[in-house]
Amino acid sequence: MNAASILKPSAVLMQSDFSVPAMRCAGCISKLERGLSQQPGIANARVNFTAKRVSISHLPELTVPQLVAAIAETGFEAQAITDQQGDPAVAEAHQLLKAMAVAGFAMMNIMLLSVSVWSGATGVTRDLFHWLSAMIALPTVIYAGQPFFRSAWSALRKRRTNMDVPISIGVSITTMLSLYETFNHGQHAYFDGVVMLLFFLLTGRWLDAVMRDRARDGVSALLKQTAAGAMVLRADGKTEWVDGSALVPGMEMIIAAGERLAADGIVTKGKSSFDLSLLTGESAAQSVNMGDVVHAGTLNIDAPVTVRVTASGPDTAIADIARLMEQAGQSKSVYVRIADRAARFYAPAVHTLALTSFAGWMIAGAGWHESLLIAVAVLIITCPCALGLAVPAAQIVVAGALMRAGILVKDGSALERLAEVDLAMFDKTGTLTRGRPEPVNLDQADATQKSVLLALARASRHPLSEAIRRALEAEGVVAADIDTVREVAGSGIYGSFNGINVSLGRPEVEISHEGMASQLQIGVQPPFAVHFADMMRPHAEETVAGLKEMGITSAILSGDRAVSVAPVARTLGLTAQTSMLPQDKLDAIARQKAAGFKVLMVGDGLNDGPALAAGYASMAPASASDAGQQAADVVFMGDSLAPVAIAIRAAQRTQRIVRQNFVMAIGYNAIAVPLAIGGYVTPLIAAAAMSGSSLIVVANALRLRSAAR
Amino acid sequence: MTGLVLLIPVALGLGLLGLAGFFWSVKNGQFDDADGAALRILIDDEDQP
Repeated sequence: MNAASILKPSAVLMQSDFSVPAMRCAGCISKLERGLSQQPGIANARVNFTAKRVSISHLPELTVPQLVAAIAETGFEAQAITDQQGDPAVAEAHQLLKAMAVAGFAMMNIMLLSVSVWSGATGVTRDLFHWLSAMIALPTVIYAGQPFFRSAWSALRKRRTNMDVPISIGVSITTMLSLYETFNHGQHAYFDGVVMLLFFLLTGRWLDAVMRDRARDGVSALLKQTAAGAMVLRADGKTEWVDGSALVPGMEMIIAAGERLAADGIVTKGKSSFDLSLLTGESAAQSVNMGDVVHAGTLNIDAPVTVRVTASGPDTAIADIARLMEQAGQSKSVYVRIADRAARFYAPAVHTLALTSFAGWMIAGAGWHESLLIAVAVLIITCPCALGLAVPAAQIVVAGALMRAGILVKDGSALERLAEVDLAMFDKTGTLTRGRPEPVNLDQADATQKSVLLALARASRHPLSEAIRRALEAEGVVAADIDTVREVAGSGIYGSFNGINVSLGRPEVEISHEGMASQLQIGVQPPFAVHFADMMRPHAEETVAGLKEMGITSAILSGDRAVSVAPVARTLGLTAQTSMLPQDKLDAIARQKAAGFKVLMVGDGLNDGPALAAGYASMAPASASDAGQQAADVVFMGDSLAPVAIAIRAAQRTQRIVRQNFVMAIGYNAIAVPLAIGGYVTPLIAAAAMSGSSLIVVANALRLRSAAR
Repeated sequence: MTGLVLLIPVALGLGLLGLAGFFWSVKNGQFDDADGAALRILIDDEDQP
């Protein structure tokens, strides 16, 4: 790394992006940017606080793990994220923003001209202003109207209708009629109304897109964490690194302690224990001996083993889960957003009303020109302008409030579904509990024992050692000075403290205590046993009680054995199903679904992935596996379980506000509709009705700012 | 009426200028990190030696 410390100006720099979810304040920005740019090989670091990301330009020699370590040195945990260039969703949000800006510019200028027409300009002046308005409005409609025209066309081609169909028809007919009026020195041109309509609708669309973007920044761009490959023992006795995709059955993999398996296989040499929690949700490590079957994605904890590959790539158990997830997720795409459901009723009503007014005035003998003018006025008045804002405005406000509380909502439809759930299924390991062993009796150790413990635990990457280190470092314990520290795989850590032999390792006699334990030995003193337990997340009981208050029943679906699930189920007073495979969880959800329940699945592991995808709505903690985070609708940060209840409560409030918005938007238009049918509506009234109802809807949505409290 | 000949193009031109400015700033990432921009004001500049 030293060679890289002097940056040549001509050096070709690479750009890598990392997600740093823990940044919270201005101090974090400067700590990251300054800390990183002082490190060798890093030219520059730029934080994007909104997306909780840091973008580093560095020498190509630096690898991703090295950069993660460099970020860790500044005190933050980071994960590499894939390049998002050319992501269609990002491009869409940008396109909408541009269309909105154009519509906004056009609206302001046309309004400027329209004010003089409204206040009584006549003759040549009015014609001039109409012509100018037309010159601004025509390109605007063609440019800014595209998102609606395209969506309406694709809906019509499938012989369906959506919100965009009445919008497109209204916009194009009104524009053409206004042009005709301008040609013939007519009194009323609706260019202002058309452009205003586009502006408000685009604002709604853009808000919706922004919301999806934000959540995606936080969640789904994380790199896949499955092992990239394995050390393979060749026939001639040499070893070489083989990529995960190149592993084939029959190869012998050497799996070091702390390494994840890249393929399914059978243990041919060695004896160790494996952490299967990613696959099964089981919290306690399972011991494996020669001849045992082990699966890709599981973690070798104790000692190196040799594994003969039996299945790799798409044939592994992990790939099966991924396939299950994909199938389960397909049912979710059938969900119809509330705005589209409203449009199904609203769009035909609007069209019928406009058509009836046209026919009515024709029969009354008004002539086609006047009848058409009135029909267009009806279309403009009833066009779902405030309706287009009603849903996204409320949802973006609540998503912002939830985000400040550490809850990421993937998109608007997630909020809508979350508000309707009436049954909550919780996974145990990692969801109701923290999913990692934590020492429970360190307070019984004296100061010397603690400092020796910390010194020994620091020397190992065994999960139990790391748990001890975290707990003691949080307490502020200073490590003892220990010489000749060595780790013996599968046994423990040994060293000497002031000439006395000390060790931390597996207890010699099996201690009768549920869960895991390790033992500290200082010289000939009686050993001190450290017990570990998978602690329950804080606020779990309040959350379950809160859900009950909302009429949501809770239950546990766990892959763990009944013995470990029972204490949790008892504390929370929940029913539990245990030892479930991913397929079982999926079936359990399907059964409840068939019984008419709308199931909220809360889970974290890969084994929960299919269930998360199948649930009516789903939530996962930020500590969840990638698969879990991908499949979940909502991801929450931190150790507490309280966000589950907070998010549901906020979603229900949002739904109430959305309904109020619908009522207000439609009600407001309903007052103006008789005027329109009667032929009394002028462009001024149309503009006032539209902007007025939009403002009311937005103001109502802003009440949700405190929804996450 | 003659004032309009001057004023209307001026008004439109100013508006277009604003629109162009907005497009430019979107393209240059000025809106990519709104929350961060609000916080950066709090960071002290590096002390000059």
